[in-house]
Amino acid sequence: METTTSIPIWKRIWDRLGILGAIIILVLIGIVVSFIQNQQVTTAVLSSTIRQSTPLVLGALCGLIGERTGIINIGIEGQMLMAAFIGYLANVYIGQLGVFSVGMTLFLAALIGIATGALLGLLLAFMSVTLKMDQIIGGTVINILAIGITGYFYQVGLTTQGKLQPIALGRLADIPLVGPVLFDNPPITYITLILVVVVHYMLFYTRWGLRSRAVGEYPSAADTVGINVYLMRYVNTTIAGGFAGLAGVFLTLEAVGSFERLMTNGRGFVALAVMIFGKWTPFGAWGAALLFGFATAMQTQFQFMGNLTIPHQFIGMLPYLLTIVVLAGFVGRSRPPAAEGIPYEKE
Amino acid sequence: MIIKDAPIVLETKGMTKRFPGVLANDHVDLKLHKGEILALLGENGAGKSTLMNMIYGLYHPDEGEIWIKGEKVRLNDPGDAIARGVGMVHQHFQLVPVMTVAENVMLGAEITRGLYLDQRTAVTKVHELSMQYGLEVDPTAVIEDLPVGTQQRVEIIKALYRNADILILDEPTAVLTPQEAHELFRIMNDLTEQGVSIIFITHKLKEVLAVADRVGVLRGGKYVGTADPKTATEASLAELMVGRKVILQVDKAKAQPGEPVLKVSDLVVKDDRDQIAVDGLSLEVHAGEILGVAGVQGNGQREFVEALTGLRPVVSGKAVIAGQDITHAPPRTITELGVAHIPEDREKHGLVMPYTLADNMVLNRYYQKPYANGIILNQEKIDQDGAALVEKYDVRTPSVYTPASSLSGGNKQKVIVAREFSREMKLLIANQPTRGIDVGSIEFIHNQIVAQRDEGVAVLLVSAELDEVLGLADRVAVIFDGRIVKTLSIAEATRERVGLLMAGSDA
Ligand SMILES: Nc1ncnc2c1ncn2[C@@H]1O[C@H](COP(=O)(O)OP(=O)(O)OP(=O)(O)O)[C@@H](O)[C@H]1O
Ligand SMILES: [Mg+2]
Repeated sequence: METTTSIPIWKRIWDRLGILGAIIILVLIGIVVSFIQNQQVTTAVLSSTIRQSTPLVLGALCGLIGERTGIINIGIEGQMLMAAFIGYLANVYIGQLGVFSVGMTLFLAALIGIATGALLGLLLAFMSVTLKMDQIIGGTVINILAIGITGYFYQVGLTTQGKLQPIALGRLADIPLVGPVLFDNPPITYITLILVVVVHYMLFYTRWGLRSRAVGEYPSAADTVGINVYLMRYVNTTIAGGFAGLAGVFLTLEAVGSFERLMTNGRGFVALAVMIFGKWTPFGAWGAALLFGFATAMQTQFQFMGNLTIPHQFIGMLPYLLTIVVLAGFVGRSRPPAAEGIPYEKE
Repeated sequence: MIIKDAPIVLETKGMTKRFPGVLANDHVDLKLHKGEILALLGENGAGKSTLMNMIYGLYHPDEGEIWIKGEKVRLNDPGDAIARGVGMVHQHFQLVPVMTVAENVMLGAEITRGLYLDQRTAVTKVHELSMQYGLEVDPTAVIEDLPVGTQQRVEIIKALYRNADILILDEPTAVLTPQEAHELFRIMNDLTEQGVSIIFITHKLKEVLAVADRVGVLRGGKYVGTADPKTATEASLAELMVGRKVILQVDKAKAQPGEPVLKVSDLVVKDDRDQIAVDGLSLEVHAGEILGVAGVQGNGQREFVEALTGLRPVVSGKAVIAGQDITHAPPRTITELGVAHIPEDREKHGLVMPYTLADNMVLNRYYQKPYANGIILNQEKIDQDGAALVEKYDVRTPSVYTPASSLSGGNKQKVIVAREFSREMKLLIANQPTRGIDVGSIEFIHNQIVAQRDEGVAVLLVSAELDEVLGLADRVAVIFDGRIVKTLSIAEATRERVGLLMAGSDA
């Protein structure tokens, strides 16, 4: 640290952050300018960005925890949907017992939803590891299963115990713009931000992470040093399912408060795109999810303005178009885990 | 060394292993003494790797016992073997390409502080090991950037890091340059002096005589005998392995060169890192002659061959085969001109691993009659001819329906040779055609190459094995830094002279 004095500060920042840093700085400037122009809309759009991105971040974390060990998960959508549904039912029926407080009811319902996702993760692991099924088919099975079951058992008119409420973090929440956007959110939104950091740390700085990545890149190398490839894949796919479960629960217990048919609305698949855009890293996925969330928020904003001549269907396409353009054009070469999708054969 | 009196550190009793249709190991009894180098010889498919994989806990024996340091052991997985001091360097390196040396070394036996993976201590530890045993390597380098010789050192460090004192090296020299191989022998000797016992598998009999304290031989899954390298000769070892006399010297008449078939002028080709690898290379190969390209690996041989076979773009220059300019032609055009290719990397460019042997045998003509009728494959014919080739080329396999991936290394190579040789050709491009092949099969393949030459085929033989080039070629072209520095007639090409030219000095 002693020799850095001769290098100008902007150069040091540039060296460390490069293009990514430049983009972040531009975005921050953009936000400030926009805030000065119109406080209310800016705050609303950014809050909505965070809200929209939360399930995507969780879905992408689910995808990457599995794929890092070599299991492709295209069943995220189904895992989310099922967890959203079961979490919602748990909220309804635990509430009817009348034993627990509202907070406790929601907490238990969330846990049940997470467990649902994890259970479906376990199913995916069973199909891909033990049965050595094609993993795309395994994921599709989960998606179809979830759509079928939730569609069949869904009834209208159930009353719930409400939804998870925002928690303002003391005086931090009073800061203009930053406060309402970052420090006045309901619990799953906070948890998601923490999870991004936790998963990043776990994946790159712990024994579990090293082993997971080795299993996904070159399973026989892991096997020959005594690592149980099958067990790693089981454990990770199941944990990952829990993340998708949390994303589902976010929809029914935090964002909307009730369930609707097919309410995940493709978020599980967008989460996969987000994961790839983020190059299979938690922070990358988070950035990508924010971008997509922002596009969705803008789209909603445009719809509100109402006096546009473009048909609203086109505006509705905006987030998806953005995803395609970004994926096709800007991601550059990203390298998926080398062994993903290939069942491991021992002898 | 007083090996005879040294205690036995490893012993197998009656080891037997069956694979579908194959008895890979048949009651094998093997002994390893402390501090010795035991060379294990055997034909391709004799069961060497299988036996080693059982000692390392990767495969489980159907019958038999393993004793390590006087104790009968049950090895459920490699972890059990590692815990008892067994380390193995596999025929195929088991390294994660995108991770660093230190990460690969500690994988499975990580150094942690709480949850935190202690990379720094791992780097120090790797550095210490590399100093202690003279295994030079940068702990922070990423594996995929390292040459194979260095990757192998990483594998050895991996074993030593786990305190291995029984070290299994499965064909460690197959992919090494002669210099790297010498370095490895020095390391092996250092290790035995520090009390490590080594099982060393190879097909190169010279190496056996040079480094081994004792030689064990497997044939057809059975342990057929022990030899003393002090009294054995290459010929006697070969006979013990194959079960018949092997002629190690190629027997051939003088070449009758005809018209040039391959003409290369000023060829420039880049490697994967976009650096110039072939730098203005020119040569000619005539019908009915074998031109041997001798050179230390990494002097542009791979890129040159890939450019000739259409697998790599040419930057500038020209290549003509049988009168047709193929500088920018795709592989199929080149193949259809009558070019046969034995690629350097048999797993990557030679075979489709999950396909059956029969399908692999027709990869260069599956779309033509009689193997295809329009868009429909004639599977019956493919399987029939495949079976005939398996027979003719002595590929050791339970059937033609076996996937290529489950063949032993040398037998994979034979499949490629069988495919390429079973079609009319004008030019044969053979890059390391006998890598990892046993002496009996080398004899066979060499005879096939000579027979093709006598039929009027032009042969371009690229090999890092100087013995192979000098034994087989009619003319020798020495490649250095992407250029042919000199072409010699076989009479002028003495070992010393070619050796000097390969090292870049102008002899
Ligand atoms: N995983 C497997 N599945 C089926 N058969 C196998 C498998 N591994 C080996 N074999 C068969 O067992 C026999 C012994 O193979 P092994 O790999 O031990 O030979 P090797 O002596 O190491 O030969 P090489 O010198 O060519 O490496 C061969 O016939 C091979 O086809
Ligand atoms: Mg072998």
